[in-house]
Amino acid sequence: MQSIINSLYNMRSLDELAKKESLIHSLHPLVKLLTTFIYLSVVVSFGRYEIGGLLHLIFYPILIFSLAELPVVPILKRILYAQSFIIGICILNPLFDQHTIILGGIVISRGWITFLSIFIKGGLTAAASILLIATTGIDRLAVALRMLKIPRIFVLQLLLTYRYITVMIEEVSRMVRAYSLRAPGQKGIQRSVWGSFAGQLILRTFDRSQRVYQSMILRGFTGEYNTGAVAKVNFKDFAYLAGWSLFFIIGRIFNIPMFIGILVIGVIK
Amino acid sequence: MSHHKLEVRSLNFSYPDGHEAVKNISFTINHGESVGIIGANGAGKSTLLMLLMGVIFPHSGEVLLGDVHVTPKTLPMIRQRLGMVFQDPDDQLFMTTVYDDVAFGPRNYKLDENEVQSRVTKALNLVGISNLKDRAPFKLSGGEKRSATIASVLSMEPDVLIMDEPTAALDPKSRRRVIGLLKSFEHTKIITSHDLDMVFETCKRIIVIKEGEVAADGTAVEILTNVELLDDCRLEIPLSLQNCPRCGKGKA
Repeated sequence: MQSIINSLYNMRSLDELAKKESLIHSLHPLVKLLTTFIYLSVVVSFGRYEIGGLLHLIFYPILIFSLAELPVVPILKRILYAQSFIIGICILNPLFDQHTIILGGIVISRGWITFLSIFIKGGLTAAASILLIATTGIDRLAVALRMLKIPRIFVLQLLLTYRYITVMIEEVSRMVRAYSLRAPGQKGIQRSVWGSFAGQLILRTFDRSQRVYQSMILRGFTGEYNTGAVAKVNFKDFAYLAGWSLFFIIGRIFNIPMFIGILVIGVIK
Repeated sequence: MSHHKLEVRSLNFSYPDGHEAVKNISFTINHGESVGIIGANGAGKSTLLMLLMGVIFPHSGEVLLGDVHVTPKTLPMIRQRLGMVFQDPDDQLFMTTVYDDVAFGPRNYKLDENEVQSRVTKALNLVGISNLKDRAPFKLSGGEKRSATIASVLSMEPDVLIMDEPTAALDPKSRRRVIGLLKSFEHTKIITSHDLDMVFETCKRIIVIKEGEVAADGTAVEILTNVELLDDCRLEIPLSLQNCPRCGKGKA
């Protein structure tokens, strides 16, 4: 039960990380959003058997990690959470795709190749998305989305969901704490009270969101989420976007890991 | 006539379940007055505040700020001039930093970012929490959160401050700080609370609400020493006005 309460603090720690001052943090949110978008598009564009072509893309999250001076363990933990879902989705691939191939003298099912490819893609996309939020912050990200002319209603939906999730987890943590204090020695919540527990939670959340909304409209909120001025895109931002885009696109067209492999073997010979 | 005057005329409001929360309430609050609205649980205090702020609208009667009626059309202007501090600071603090929360109101009124910054700095200095501006609100203590909510309203530079239980759930020192803060404001103040000692210290005028109606309206001394009235409204004399609990003697 403690894990629910902890998850609240964990979620907010991304906001904390976004406040750091580093080269990556100082970049324009729009540029980071576009770079991440191009990166994700390139990652998912590889076929399901093309593991080799994906390998060079790991440079991007690693470089962002070190340049943004982010703590590795908490971010890796989040990526692993996402990976557990990925494993759940593709664990049956080796059973469905039973064609075999020979790789370095070992016969394996092609299903394992697709499994690995989805696993790597999942890891890379999760890493890129989490790094984007951890270096930008959801508020600045919203500004970038608005700059891309994403309709106000969608951006607001995203922001409010992000906010209300923490409000809801707070309510859950309070209810769980109250329940566990009166149900010693019990693991989890008894199935017989699931219904009333969920019902209570919905009512409480409605109530709370109503009050949060009231406090917003009383301070002049009309639907536009104003997060202050954001600096203009400068040369540094443009160079960042252009540099990464070039790297991703070249990596998409040419198999960089294979070139490096050939080069290394050539040097050794 | 002052444009800060708040006038309530024959206000009536019932909830959809038929419960009559506010019955024929009328009063006028003049510029600079500090008024305590007191009453038992469920007396209708919070509903009255919501009616003043235009969160809900009365079935009959009207609320006027200066000469302006509180209607859906006038709400943006009304809400800029009436600042409300909620009972639970967590309802009001939802941005990622204290600074952004205090800037939320001014930014909604499309003020220039320099003006926003100067207002936020001024509000934070006024409540004495400028050192907390970059902190996440959820990490603050109860007293600090309360100060942040007050700053988030002050930054809108309202004419009238409306506070719902400003000292609820505060430790004695934080409570004392908030009382000091309230006393230092020159705004027109409307405070609802069950902390009658705080009301006695901060308000010169008291309106007592009983079952949705005004049971009494008078000076703080007059009302808060009237044992019969307070008892009838399920309230009691503030502790600071009661006799000594050890020897039973009254205050000299």
